[in-house]
Amino acid sequence: MAMNTQGRPTAAPRTSAAAIETVSGSRGLLQREDLLFEIGTPETTGVDLPKPKGLKNRLGGVARKVDTGLPGLSEPQAVRHYMRLSQRNYAIDLGFFPLGSCTMKHNPRLNEKMARLPGFADIHPLQPQATVQGALQLIDELATWLKTLTGMPSVAMSPKAGAHGELCGMLAIRQALIARGEGETRKRVLVPASAHGTNPATAVQCGFIVDEIKANARGRVDMAELREKLQHTDDVAGIMLTNPNTCGLFETDIKEIADLIHKAGGYFYCDGANFNAIVGRVRPGDLGVDAMHINLHKTFSTPHGGGGPGSGPTVFSEALAPYAPVPFVTKDEDGLFRLVEHVDGDAKDSFGRMVAFHGQMGMFVRALTYMLSHGADGLKQVAEDAVLNANYVQARLKHVMTPAFEGYCMHEALFSDAFTADGIETIDIAKALIDEGYHPMTMYFPLVVHGAMLIEPTETESKAELDRFCDSLESIARRAAQGDETLKGAPYLAPAKRLDETRAARKPVLKWTRPAPESVAAE
Amino acid sequence: MRYLPLTPQDRASMLATIGAKSADDFYADVPKTARLKAKIAGLQDHQGELAVERHMTKLAARNRAASAGPFFVGAGAYKHHVPATVDMIIQRSEFLTTYTPYQPEIAQGTLQTLFEFQTQVAALTAMDVANASMYDGSTACAEAAVMAARVTKRSKIILSGGLHPHYAAATRLLCEAQGLTVVQLPVAIDGEGELEKSVDGETACVVGQSPNVFGTVTDLSGVAKSAHEKGALLVSVFTEAVSLGLVTPPGEMGADIAAGEGQSIGNGLNFGGPYVGLFACREKLMRQMPGRLCGETVDADDQRGFVLTLSTREQHIRRDKATSNICTNSGLCALAFTAHMTLLGGRGLKQLAQLNHEAACELADALGGLKGVDLLTPRFFNEFAIRTPVDAEAVLAMLEEAGVVGGVRASRLFPNDHLGDVILVAATECTTADDIAAYAAALKEII
Repeated sequence: MAMNTQGRPTAAPRTSAAAIETVSGSRGLLQREDLLFEIGTPETTGVDLPKPKGLKNRLGGVARKVDTGLPGLSEPQAVRHYMRLSQRNYAIDLGFFPLGSCTMKHNPRLNEKMARLPGFADIHPLQPQATVQGALQLIDELATWLKTLTGMPSVAMSPKAGAHGELCGMLAIRQALIARGEGETRKRVLVPASAHGTNPATAVQCGFIVDEIKANARGRVDMAELREKLQHTDDVAGIMLTNPNTCGLFETDIKEIADLIHKAGGYFYCDGANFNAIVGRVRPGDLGVDAMHINLHKTFSTPHGGGGPGSGPTVFSEALAPYAPVPFVTKDEDGLFRLVEHVDGDAKDSFGRMVAFHGQMGMFVRALTYMLSHGADGLKQVAEDAVLNANYVQARLKHVMTPAFEGYCMHEALFSDAFTADGIETIDIAKALIDEGYHPMTMYFPLVVHGAMLIEPTETESKAELDRFCDSLESIARRAAQGDETLKGAPYLAPAKRLDETRAARKPVLKWTRPAPESVAAE
Repeated sequence: MRYLPLTPQDRASMLATIGAKSADDFYADVPKTARLKAKIAGLQDHQGELAVERHMTKLAARNRAASAGPFFVGAGAYKHHVPATVDMIIQRSEFLTTYTPYQPEIAQGTLQTLFEFQTQVAALTAMDVANASMYDGSTACAEAAVMAARVTKRSKIILSGGLHPHYAAATRLLCEAQGLTVVQLPVAIDGEGELEKSVDGETACVVGQSPNVFGTVTDLSGVAKSAHEKGALLVSVFTEAVSLGLVTPPGEMGADIAAGEGQSIGNGLNFGGPYVGLFACREKLMRQMPGRLCGETVDADDQRGFVLTLSTREQHIRRDKATSNICTNSGLCALAFTAHMTLLGGRGLKQLAQLNHEAACELADALGGLKGVDLLTPRFFNEFAIRTPVDAEAVLAMLEEAGVVGGVRASRLFPNDHLGDVILVAATECTTADDIAAYAAALKEII
């Protein structure tokens, strides 16, 4: 054993990798952390507040009877609680996150800094409009970018997320049909089988009936079936189509689809979840689209936050623009910005209001900051690099995995599980990636491909990072093809092993409850 | 371009590996007429951090921040103090830059905080179970109404006259799109009006709010009883989550579903969003809930862990049969909520609520004591309505000249209800004695 002059060993002796139990439950840097309710007390607080004066209350007896009993933590305890929990999460800032359809790109910190300027973060949605002219101008500027990038004349800014944007678009279609006197008759919405689940769910939320269209062998809309479904047109409300679609492919016949649906008297809703692949290179307005939501939390880099908040501004064609929701920002002749908040005057044909207030301002600030940083030139490069990265991953892996479709992909590479040996499944490959230090790809989606693995690298990955990932996945894929049973136990190196989802659903435990005292439990 | 790691050499070598000539090859499926040759016209080129920051700062400077002086605007969003620790926690990269926890082995951080959030929301509302958040209070309210229709298999939704009109509008829109009938009761400033008598055998739910949009607190127990007798549900709405520390919560009034806005705890004003919708219900209705749910389970080593559960209700599994189309919700705002709530604890929240209430009581005395000003709200928490002898818009404009942002004119929310002389006024723990004195002095000058 190597020793330094004080006699302290400085070389690491070889030990076995066998599990080591610790008394504390912590494992080195990974600290054990129990539930808040097990470590806090109702008497503890991490906030110093002035003492109330003890005035007579004016609640008229409408007062809470039973205290919440919720525990608190002092500030240092709270900081450690969340710090320790955070270390059980994977994140883009830590590593590669190729979750297909989710566009997990780098989230610039400048965006966070700008969103925290008091002039944006500390203003109230109902304070006088004269005191928020800068905020209204920001919304107007962002709207201009979105309209210009999509080639569409109008945009609704209030939808709170992608699915909410879909709702916005479909409600506008519903309103347009009502205005035509066909609200009761045109109820059928065509949705490809490959669509995000939000598409059919949204259509039903708006009172429509979903009619599913198959994909063809090239992963696109089956035009023969589409024509068949448009034999009868009286009941057609429209189509909901993702483009590029969820197989990561551009819909080759998109203009013909738009023409067919328009000829049938319906409208074309485009799911813009995959706009990142074409931003700056293709304008949806040139493809015959009537409405499309844009996920600011995908294409325009606002952080996903562990499941939101998102933001889903929805652009409209001339045909649907009059039906867009309130509120919206307009500029008067005197140069002042004004919110149109009610369904009358400028907005007499609007379908109404979807939410309290004006939309996800915090996300608007971040998205505009990102757009100004990239500019028109940079955004075009964003799309090209996103597509290049995906095609590179596809090219590197196509010899060991099974590409779902032939040819180039757009911003995401899709593989089926055809290459795996019996007994090895997509989930095993995904979980093995965790051990390699990566977030898994999207698995089992889209539904039209067996055991689908959808890999979206985004443009913010370097070639070196992609190469490392491909080396890992290539090795896992070979093991999967050989039927390596050790994959079934993965992940081995994550903070948790595979979790029992069946048990969670069978008898749901959705909140912490105080365990019965042991003396009682023993009886 | 600082966000793009690929070098020209990388691009060339990658194209060679792929066997493509240029990026144009990848866009071959785009119809020829839709292929853009050059960058899109009319938009500026990329800029460095400094230039972008200058522009954004200039825009921000044209807005009057709530902290800049006396500020009394509420009506669904409230100026509260958020501890510095909360922002530090939500800026942890591991929370900020991760996705919905679809891979639970590497998302236990997010999942455990959601489980804690759900537990806190259930306790605050005094309901059995809560979900992992909705977009905001208004969409939570709308989803509650359509859920009630699903549960009862009835189609009539009754909205109280004290319900925030934005919540009413969002609810009416979603309900009517689904073929439900919405009955809106007349504006009710000082209570939940005719809600109790309005229930009939076709009613799916009645939607009441306490404190209501005018600030009036009301015990909805009678409404709950009358709804339950007719087989209907009570949806109990709130827009000020801090009120739950002091005011009778939905569960204590017999509500079946609680839907509200959580912005007040942990989240800034942000000009209206992002906020966090709180949604809770009785246990037996659990499987009809919208949105994500986090549940406890064990991993392969029998260690406790958490997963998203009951996803057979959700769009990604059930598609057109889902209970809602919601996908992305308000994860990070829910984290801000739970972190602030953890710092407060139950006792801290109660104390915070008392401070809010006392500030409002003192403000009500100061304004209501002025000749010509009527206090319209008989029982309130931290917000109330006043009637002024002069048009409210003019009053607010003159107050603004005196440096006081005096509240919301009721006619902005209710343009057709002859409330031109009514102002909604809110106070919080941020309201100082000086703020109150400044408001009273300025208002006295005006009227």
